[in-house]
Amino acid sequence: MMDKSSATAFTSFTLNGEIAQIEPAVGERLSFSLRERLGRKDVKIGCNAGDCGACTVLLDGAPVCACLVATQQATGRKVETLAGLVKADPDAQALMESFQHHQAAQCGICTPGMMVSAVALLREVPQPTDRQVQDALGGVLCRCTGYRKIIDAVVGAHAAAELVEAPTTLGHNARRFDGLPKVDGSEKFGDDVAPEGALVARVVRSPYPAATFTFGDLDAWQAEHPRIETILTAKDVPGLNAFGVIPGFIDQPVFAVDHVLYRGDAVACVVGEANVVNALDLDLFPVEWTPQTTLSDIDEAIAPDAPLLFPDRTGNIMCGGFVQCGDADAALGAADVTVEASYKTSFVEHGYIEPEAGFAEVVDGRLHVHACTQASGLDRESLAQILNMPMADIRVVPTAVGGGFGSKIDLSLQPFIALAALKTGKPVRMTYTRNETMKSTTKRHPAQIKIKIGAKADGTLSGLTFEGDFNTGAYASWGPTVANRVPVHASGPYHVTDYRARSRAVHTHCPPSGAFRGFGVPQSAIAQETAFDLLAEKLGMDALEFRLKNALTDGVPTVCGQVFGQGVGITACLEALRPAWGAAKKECAEFNASTTTRKRGVGIASAWYGCGNTSLPNPSTIKAGLRVDGTVVLHQGAIDIGQGSNTVIPQIFAKALGVSFEGITLVGADTDITPDAGKTSASRQTFVSGNAALKAGEVLRGHILRQANAGPDAVITLIGGQVQVTDAGRTQTLDLSRLDANADGYVLMAQETYDPPIKPLDENGQGVPYAQFGYAAHLVVVEVDIALGLCKPLRFVAAHDVGRAINPLLVEGQVHGGIAQGLGMALMEEYIPGRTENLHDYLIPTIGDIPPIETLILEIADAHGPYGAKGLGEHVLIPTAPAILNAIYHATGAKVTHTPATPTRLRAALKEAGHA
Amino acid sequence: MSYITATTLDDALNALAGGPASIIAGGTDWFPTQGDRAFDGTLIDISRLEELRGVTKTETGWRIGAATTWTDIIRADLPRAFDGLKLAAREVGSVQIQNTGTIAGNLCNASPAADGVPPLLTLDAQVELTSLKGARRLPVAAFLQGVRKTDRAADEILSALYIPDAPSGSQSSFVKLGARKYLVISICMVAVLVTVQNGLVSDIRVAIGAASPVAIRLTGLEDALRGLLAKEAADAVIGDLIHGLAPITDVRATADYRRTAAAEVIRRAITLALEGAA
Repeated sequence: MMDKSSATAFTSFTLNGEIAQIEPAVGERLSFSLRERLGRKDVKIGCNAGDCGACTVLLDGAPVCACLVATQQATGRKVETLAGLVKADPDAQALMESFQHHQAAQCGICTPGMMVSAVALLREVPQPTDRQVQDALGGVLCRCTGYRKIIDAVVGAHAAAELVEAPTTLGHNARRFDGLPKVDGSEKFGDDVAPEGALVARVVRSPYPAATFTFGDLDAWQAEHPRIETILTAKDVPGLNAFGVIPGFIDQPVFAVDHVLYRGDAVACVVGEANVVNALDLDLFPVEWTPQTTLSDIDEAIAPDAPLLFPDRTGNIMCGGFVQCGDADAALGAADVTVEASYKTSFVEHGYIEPEAGFAEVVDGRLHVHACTQASGLDRESLAQILNMPMADIRVVPTAVGGGFGSKIDLSLQPFIALAALKTGKPVRMTYTRNETMKSTTKRHPAQIKIKIGAKADGTLSGLTFEGDFNTGAYASWGPTVANRVPVHASGPYHVTDYRARSRAVHTHCPPSGAFRGFGVPQSAIAQETAFDLLAEKLGMDALEFRLKNALTDGVPTVCGQVFGQGVGITACLEALRPAWGAAKKECAEFNASTTTRKRGVGIASAWYGCGNTSLPNPSTIKAGLRVDGTVVLHQGAIDIGQGSNTVIPQIFAKALGVSFEGITLVGADTDITPDAGKTSASRQTFVSGNAALKAGEVLRGHILRQANAGPDAVITLIGGQVQVTDAGRTQTLDLSRLDANADGYVLMAQETYDPPIKPLDENGQGVPYAQFGYAAHLVVVEVDIALGLCKPLRFVAAHDVGRAINPLLVEGQVHGGIAQGLGMALMEEYIPGRTENLHDYLIPTIGDIPPIETLILEIADAHGPYGAKGLGEHVLIPTAPAILNAIYHATGAKVTHTPATPTRLRAALKEAGHA
Repeated sequence: MSYITATTLDDALNALAGGPASIIAGGTDWFPTQGDRAFDGTLIDISRLEELRGVTKTETGWRIGAATTWTDIIRADLPRAFDGLKLAAREVGSVQIQNTGTIAGNLCNASPAADGVPPLLTLDAQVELTSLKGARRLPVAAFLQGVRKTDRAADEILSALYIPDAPSGSQSSFVKLGARKYLVISICMVAVLVTVQNGLVSDIRVAIGAASPVAIRLTGLEDALRGLLAKEAADAVIGDLIHGLAPITDVRATADYRRTAAAEVIRRAITLALEGAA
């Protein structure tokens, strides 16, 4: 009878063409078995719930989420993963080419899931349509690309053999220099690097937003759990039990001592053998909680009798920002028309598909920390403080980063694994669960904004006041930066002579709000740009003409009194939208005349964004050297989190050096190898690190030319291990062997630093906050389903002034991804602590939600940018949400003042606007 | 603690009779419910039972094996009365979920937002529950008793669904309302099965999900629509005819929104069914 139905311990299946035999636990996920027992790290885990599709494999040819398949269910069947498919499957190989060509992989964490799903599609439908691709890939989430390039890559896969690679030189659509590992499954992310047998650490976190606590008998609990090596608490922190990113605001404890300030605050960390620690039910950890009054939003936190999160932060106000010029009240009083409006935005989750992960170990007495991070230098500084160790004894090795968007600038698991490795002397790994990353890491600040804007009858702006409160959560993180940036940017890229903007960062018992693409500016732009449309309407002016009339230009001061003599590109962006604007208005009018149940509208919005730190030093250093074997090595420390610095920085460097990229070897980022290129944030890497790379390239070029006694126009060629210099028709080969190598092994070397020229802001926010701004304007056509309150964007046109497009396809990638995030923020994303800590209650856009996007790249060169280039990474999402809200208003007259415009909120706004 | 791969239904029932155990087929609900906790019980895998897989014609209707996947249903050759079920199948999670998730799993999980339930209600589907003592059949509406609550006894396995032939010429539809395109839990969803004779609605069945603890048939509405001109049926749907909804406010929508949206989604589902959905 039950011959096969007994409890078999062993299971075997065909994995990528070979027999695999393992002994999984009962109910073990196939994804776990593949990764941890069979080393198939190309299978990525993003959620363990079927919500993200990153772990997609083929089971007997059908795509399945490996996290939802019991390993035993694979018995006797055929399992294929990306790394196996690309070795032999022609569809997978075509996709490899096509994905690289279209830059369909940015960070690369979703790429295995996308490509495996696409293989299954292409086997059935060799030349699919956009719609078929969307249907087939709808189960895989991507947070970087905006999906359109993925659609292009799959639709175009059948023609992969005919693709012509673009040149690698600056200004061309070079493939990512680090692109191959992203498409062949070999990329190593935070959870892919721990040595076999590493101990596992898990964090015990507060289930309450506000509570005091005491531990029970930890020793007894540990004694009951053999093979737990240690339990870490605040007592085990040898240095400062706090971290943060802004001097004066280092306030988040590694381990809370006696009280917690948000759900997710860490109180202890359990370290031991993997199977033991993974099996623990941490709800049973001996800690007794006493819940306290919870302040869950800004209004509760600023109420007069509210308890204080920090005794020295009166009224729960952490800090504020202020910018003032002219006399806003007088100007508003003198205005012919004014608009006054209030807005609310929600917490937004970064939603990267890679939860925080990494491992730490002690090597020759030094601590090595491998983790996904946007800021290896900051990590090392913070760890040195926490661990009370010299920085020189700490090496931070960033792994590939599966999306960051700001949140991975902050420390997350690094202190835990570092403390654990130091205490146990063994390698210790940690991987956040989806719930844990969503519960404990930073978010975009929810904002409550009041804005008043005036204009003269001719459309000239006359006064703008802005009051914004930002829910900064339990700890500071980047809240001070948001508070500073917002008043500087809240005017938008316009000439506002009379201005007053005030911001406050308010503590609540919510997760810390931190850095998220735009640092508060996307929120303020929603208020300012939608109020602009109301003002234009009151004036009877066209929304585009109104913006053009007031747009900043060269020689006109910003609200901070900063005057740019060149490089102000907002007029060019708006002008670029003019043809689409006219066409869309006509098209919408025609559509609306023919139907009452659906209405179409077109909206535009502008943005500007200062690149780099606000009025603070912000240096990047880039090093490069020539080895005796003729290799040029570029130490590239600008961490690539998918945005493309591993391609852009080398493209800049190669141009400055005057060689083709093919002769250059890329190393880093790694604090032992690369000098500090600063954090990947504030849209600064192309601008700041790019300038450092440019200088390093020029200096190294100078060294080489001097060796050859050649003039500045000589041509350097790296060929076959030789450096040739051609000057005035004569070519000579450098004899590198006669040069002495330095301690780094270089016969010639350059290390250069760039720090943008800025000046402090005075008490009225007047000064030079940034050396450059980038500019943007988006246009969107939406269709609103009146009865159900659904908004469907139909197409975007995005105009971006990037100064100089170092790699235009990377520019498009940023624009697409930014629009996807802006669309999510406008229409569906609302993080609610304790309630939406997964990817099915917290919705980010899927491949079916992003319409076609036309990117218009404008190159208004900036004098400070490398070859004129400006930053871009954050500009791309700032105009998206207000453009959508303006389009909804244009279509229906409905004013959505609380984002996201969920069906419920949009339907209510439609009703208020008179739609039955 | 063991993993039991059953090869016959009897195997599975015997194992189930042996003590507490979880039944797993597609696993698409079991694993998310399990979450990141370690599992130390017994799992009975019924996904390999051939007798539980597939769609077959019976004398009076259709039998759908419990472990039939949503992909199996999408690919099955079925009359137009099943168009609504097929449309629902395409909305269950993602392709990945549809490839392993089963029709019985969708029922046993008893989520108010289970996309498979409204079409099964319009098809008058019955579930077959089998234990060592024998088998019993009951309507889907009787099987689903509340949120995460069914009539399945601990020793029973949902073995099949039986669907009587729909009136000849009937057409069906399914409309899902969600806040994004793919992989989305319904705000509400409606299935309609309609039969038209001589331009009149001779039979109509309307079921709505995610607007009450379990999806329900709207029999009052059906009564009011029966006999109307087919082309006037959708417009005849008004809130006053819709009884029995008990929508909740959650992260997806407010109760108020659900209530107003329900009538509109019903109208659209009727229109779609009359057009022919597939």
